[in-house]
Amino acid sequence: MTAVWLILLIPLFGIGVMALIGHTRVAGWVNVVLSAVSFAVSVWLALIVYADGPLLSVSRMLYIDAFNVYLVTLTAFVGLTTAIFSRPYMQHEVETRQIGKGRMRLYHSMYQGFMFAMQAALTTNNVGILWVAMEGATLATVLLVSLYRTPEAVEAAWKYFVLCGVGIAQALFGTVLLFFAAERVAPTRDDALLWNVLYGAASQLEPTVLTLSFVFLLVGYGTKVGLVPLHNWLPDAHSEGPTPMSAILSGLLLNVALYALVRVKMLVDGSLESNLAGHLMMGFGLLSFMVAGLFLHRQRDIKRMFSYSSIEHMGLMTFAFGIGGPIATFGALLHMTVHSLTKSAIFVTVGHASQIAGTQAIEKIRGLIRTQPTVGWGLLIGTVAIAGFPPFGVFVSEFLVLVATMKSWPWLTVPLLVGLAIAFAGLFRHIHPMVYGDPPEGQVPVRANMLPVMIQLGFVLWLGIAVPVFLSKWFEQATVLISGSSPL
Amino acid sequence: MEFTQLSLYDQAILLLAAIVLFTSFIMLAQPRIVPLIHAFAWQGVLLAVTTALVAYVTNNPHLYISAGLNLALKALLIPWMLHRLAVRLNIHRDMEVVKYPSLTLLAGASLVVFSYYVAIPIVQLSALVTRNAIAISIAVILLGMLLMITRKKAISQVIGFMSIENGLFFAAVVSTFGMPMVVELGVAFDVLVAAVLFGVFFFQMRESIDSLDVDRLNRLREVDE
Repeated sequence: MTAVWLILLIPLFGIGVMALIGHTRVAGWVNVVLSAVSFAVSVWLALIVYADGPLLSVSRMLYIDAFNVYLVTLTAFVGLTTAIFSRPYMQHEVETRQIGKGRMRLYHSMYQGFMFAMQAALTTNNVGILWVAMEGATLATVLLVSLYRTPEAVEAAWKYFVLCGVGIAQALFGTVLLFFAAERVAPTRDDALLWNVLYGAASQLEPTVLTLSFVFLLVGYGTKVGLVPLHNWLPDAHSEGPTPMSAILSGLLLNVALYALVRVKMLVDGSLESNLAGHLMMGFGLLSFMVAGLFLHRQRDIKRMFSYSSIEHMGLMTFAFGIGGPIATFGALLHMTVHSLTKSAIFVTVGHASQIAGTQAIEKIRGLIRTQPTVGWGLLIGTVAIAGFPPFGVFVSEFLVLVATMKSWPWLTVPLLVGLAIAFAGLFRHIHPMVYGDPPEGQVPVRANMLPVMIQLGFVLWLGIAVPVFLSKWFEQATVLISGSSPL
Repeated sequence: MEFTQLSLYDQAILLLAAIVLFTSFIMLAQPRIVPLIHAFAWQGVLLAVTTALVAYVTNNPHLYISAGLNLALKALLIPWMLHRLAVRLNIHRDMEVVKYPSLTLLAGASLVVFSYYVAIPIVQLSALVTRNAIAISIAVILLGMLLMITRKKAISQVIGFMSIENGLFFAAVVSTFGMPMVVELGVAFDVLVAAVLFGVFFFQMRESIDSLDVDRLNRLREVDE
């Protein structure tokens, strides 16, 4: 149990410490150390859950099962690699953009604040606290999006704040309705929002109220997942903020929002005994997948392009969770993992690429492979992986989703395949000249630590060739939790 | 059931719900900044009164804490902060141009009808009071959104945002006698932080685009130029 509390206490401690350290170089290192400790603890926690099964804290505030523990570990891991990347990157930004010490303190403090909100959302047993933590994640990152204080950055942050705030308010209303239904069946009022109580009593919950509640929750958390047509904030926030922010927003925040959605879907499924929630998710998911793929083609900013790619993949996962069978769910869980790893690696590489070129405009970034081969190859391999080429993990998960679609909704395979092709073309028409073109005069390499990128892409490759036994057992347990039957 | 046949408590709750809805309409129609803030503060007061009444009648002492929190936050602190910001940024005498005011109000009225339609599934489930209260809280939420859509000044949008929160709080209090305490404290904390951040944003916006008109935030878009 100690491990669960430590997962929350370390970043909470980090918020305070980082707010006090004025020296940017030292703060960067402390950030790395704190993230490393968090990751170590999360591995410890994962091993405990792997051995002993679900954990419920004595106060019943925290609940860990196979579904959230792997996301906890993933969050801590991406948090660590991004912190390693962030240290030299932000140092470079401080030198070139004149960011004051106060703002760097804010940056580091809120980096830990964001990690805290994510871990709190994942580990809490209370559906209400889940909402509070999701909103907390927005609040922690909103000032980081406007860190550079350019008109564009302020605009992006304002959009992010207002759209996500209004969106997630719908989720609070959904939570109130859920409480309204649960109050009648839960033993005491304070129990009525506890997830383990709700899950046990799901079949007694009033279906009409729960349907209404799910619609609000879908709109609310769907805004944070970035589902079309609620996605407008996402490309702006991802492209205007500092790149480490883009990496953890894209790699982690979207996942955690989807996690919240799947948790409430499990309740609604138990109550409704029909797949209404799944159908809604399939519709929104497929729409996001198609629309984002088309938008990839007309992007001029490299970070905007990859944030549309995130919307596309989140759409695919939402679709897969919507289908709901064991294979689709297994595929979706795997896709969550490989997408996080690949996308955060890509954003790290993109950060270096835009520092080399001095801009984020796609048409000005040229000849990366000749200027700095590690960055060029990193970008190319990352894009190959995210587009779903065979040896990488994304291919496996997309293939599983396709198989599941073919089984239960054969006609939907066509739009899925068309969408994948469109997205592939959209990515490569932009990536090719950036990687291979002629570098402009006087383009010089930057100090870049590509090790985290290589490790992450290595993991994705490993997951594509063979999913390790402990991981597949985890995924299987989580799949059984979500869909009720095992895929293996 | 006739209105007069209800218990005094139910009648009082319905009356308060109606006045809360009315303050939403006042905000929708009010183009000046300072009266808008005042209308918002009054809505906060009404919410606190409703909460205290529910706490007294249903004998839920923890609701007194929510009532106090709500009074402190939504009726005093946030309006005071907004007022001070408006004075410091010298926008307190500004008039907002509300295009088509009568059309906006009509749209608001139809949103109320729509909210009652949405609440129909809950009708079979509960008493008259709850049904009305849920419909009215959905209406307050939607009117808050309408306020945000029709206004161009950042400060009016913040008020719309906060009044959406008011609608949520109202729903929680009247239909379920408040959420569990931890959740309510968490939500109140989030609202407070959000209010402070909005204040910070006013200054950042003024610094970067030299205005608090949200219309001027138009650099990021998808169209090819």
